[in-house]
Amino acid sequence: MRLVVIGLLAGLFSALFGVGGGIVVVPLLILLAHFDERPAMATSLAAIGLIALVGAVSYGFHGELKPGAAAVVGLPAAVGAVGGTWLQQRLTSRTLSLAFAALLAAIAVWLLV
Amino acid sequence: MWALLLAGLIGLVAGVLAGLFGVGGGILFVPTLTLVLGLTQIHAEASSLLAILPTAAAGAWRQRRYGNVRWRPALILGLSAIIGVEAGVQIAEALPEHALRRLFGVLMLAVAVQLAWRTLRKPPYPS
Repeated sequence: MRLVVIGLLAGLFSALFGVGGGIVVVPLLILLAHFDERPAMATSLAAIGLIALVGAVSYGFHGELKPGAAAVVGLPAAVGAVGGTWLQQRLTSRTLSLAFAALLAAIAVWLLV
Repeated sequence: MWALLLAGLIGLVAGVLAGLFGVGGGILFVPTLTLVLGLTQIHAEASSLLAILPTAAAGAWRQRRYGNVRWRPALILGLSAIIGVEAGVQIAEALPEHALRRLFGVLMLAVAVQLAWRTLRKPPYPS
């Protein structure tokens, strides 16, 4: 049930700002569903894949996708993601949690100003 | 040419953050697509979702090997998010955008403080 609420909130955030919703899913999995940092972040990525797939297909029907531009940022990002997950296995949960809190605070400030 | 290189470089950084923290990277993709590659906001938001696909797939593939992915929760999250997306589109049309930004900004700040507080309160090296 908690997972459904987290998913709904992530979808809401995702629709409003055109992002995948991981910024919502990760902290709520940790705080509400009592996931550890690494499983929360890994599970979030898998869920985001599904959300982005459905979102991209529905935008695709409206003809709003620019596949070339998406590839320019998305393909290097896939390489980066492999490096990021590699790095994640080498950091403590505590470091990850605090760094993630800093990222959230930075995004909050960006949303507020 | 420089714009493409810059966009690719930001994409790489966004991917590292995506893999490191389990987010999709969309928060960096959207401004890159509009400001560097000159897409309109709607095209950028749509194409950002397309760019998230290889990013999330590569990250989840690695995380599966590390044994961190919980597939059932991921499926439940993903499916309920799709309903949330529909609701979000309705709300976005009814409410002014700056009100939403502020609301989410305050919520995220609260979550960041809660997360940092919870982490700092725990002993650094649990037995």
